[in-house]
Amino acid sequence: MAILVIAEHENGALGAATLNTVAAAQKIGGDIHVLVAGAGIDAAAQAAAQVAGVAKVLKADNAAYDHLLPENIAPLVAELASSYSHVLAPATTNGKNYLPRVAALLDVDQISEIIAVESADTFKRPIYAGNAIATVQSSASVKVISVRTTGFDAVAAEGGSAAIEAVTSAHDSGLATFVGEELAKSDRPELTAAKVVVSGGRGMQNGDNFKHLYSLADKLGAAVGASRAAVDAGFVPNDMQVGQTGKIVAPQLYIAVGISGAIQHLAGMKDSKVIVAINKDEEAPIFQVADYGLVADLFEAVPELEKLV
Amino acid sequence: MKVLVAVKRVVDYNVKVRVKADNSGVDLANVKMSMNPFCEIAVEEAVRLKEKGIATEVIAVSVGPTTAQEQLRTALALGADRAVLVATDEELSSLAIAKALKAVVDKEQPQLVILGKQAIDSDNNQTGQMLAALTGYAQGTFASKVEIDGDKARVTREIDGGLQTVSLKLPAIVTTDLRLNEPRYATLPNIMKAKKKPLETLAPADLGVSTASTNTIVKVEAPAARGAGIKVGSVAELVEKLKNEAKVI
Repeated sequence: MAILVIAEHENGALGAATLNTVAAAQKIGGDIHVLVAGAGIDAAAQAAAQVAGVAKVLKADNAAYDHLLPENIAPLVAELASSYSHVLAPATTNGKNYLPRVAALLDVDQISEIIAVESADTFKRPIYAGNAIATVQSSASVKVISVRTTGFDAVAAEGGSAAIEAVTSAHDSGLATFVGEELAKSDRPELTAAKVVVSGGRGMQNGDNFKHLYSLADKLGAAVGASRAAVDAGFVPNDMQVGQTGKIVAPQLYIAVGISGAIQHLAGMKDSKVIVAINKDEEAPIFQVADYGLVADLFEAVPELEKLV
Repeated sequence: MKVLVAVKRVVDYNVKVRVKADNSGVDLANVKMSMNPFCEIAVEEAVRLKEKGIATEVIAVSVGPTTAQEQLRTALALGADRAVLVATDEELSSLAIAKALKAVVDKEQPQLVILGKQAIDSDNNQTGQMLAALTGYAQGTFASKVEIDGDKARVTREIDGGLQTVSLKLPAIVTTDLRLNEPRYATLPNIMKAKKKPLETLAPADLGVSTASTNTIVKVEAPAARGAGIKVGSVAELVEKLKNEAKVI
């Protein structure tokens, strides 16, 4: 049976999360088809056809699918799903938004945020903020699964040559309309895909002090994240939040600065390869997961670190 | 308009859970249980809509064990008018819960249903979206702002790159993100008053809802433990270790 992967795309470019999701599909085994749905998506569909391991690209180019409104996307995916054994989407905010709607239309339970494929019907996923790992088996005729992208190494974006097939069916529910969006602009790498992440917490004291982390991050080619405390205090926007309810990251190096290490924050970063903690409280729980801990005042340690790297 | 708000009884967010030795699940015996934090935000939003004169009645509903009455009483103490418990001892999947909620929606005909975006135990983030599919309503997930304007709801959503605003035709389903509001505390007089508010108990069978699931949990394990690290004495030592030992910079 074939597997349908729903692509993530933005401004005509294929989203990196798609590559990790294709990798998860390869672990399941079978022909991999990628659905690119949206408006004005030629470039993204072309890019999807280049992805290694993709057998076919389905292109649903229709104004109704712009911004992936779930009221319109879900019926499209549910309609296509009957020819597939699995439907996979990345566990991005888009994927989390439309995929459960697809599952309910198909009358099957969804499996959220898998981190490993045991077999074609059995998967592992974290529960309780990552404090337990559940192995879940699905008997559904179509297995609807969201993929935690940090659980799978991305496949190559080049090397494939899939055929592109247009999907003409249009579903416009008329229930919801896109009004607008405010996107945070940054020259730094995307948080979920960065090799190095520097994160700040309540210890930063104010938003202005985040400049110390930005300059350190620029020197390391890193993305900047934050704890919930820093976001709630208004230091930084919420799209920088790392944790159970924010973004899940697993970089090569995670530097936690002025972050105590609450359960909910650890849920978003404890699969990082190397964790560094800089905190003046030597009892802070973050030191229990840090490979390298430095008990110091961050306002002295961070500028010094920037000088030395 | 009538607002329905769904709440879930879960392990308290501060509890560090332990996996049972037989790998059948996590040990919830004698563990503090609370209302799911996202559900508290949902209740708060519904009560604020009532205080603004937009909502006329707020109904709290839970699908779960009879002990979930405690969480419904909490919702009543926070300002909900009445409560409905769909009582079951089974561990239900998100889809089964969405089906039970759909039956309650059919009965109560609310204009707005507010749920948390996810429960902190199963971390599924599915129920609101599934309820939207089953009812055929529009959905505004991960909401950080909700404005009601006539027969439309304008919902600002937290998305990966920032914020997105959508306009939804009512009736609609909204799921809350952490930044939607700051939930209030229940005062003692309100807790006392909540004991007198109506709480109706139903069974899934009364609602004609199937609780079958296509998912089975085979086992639950503790995650791989991270080995304890070392404390370094200086920034220079830290940089040296990162360069030569961990080789990450």
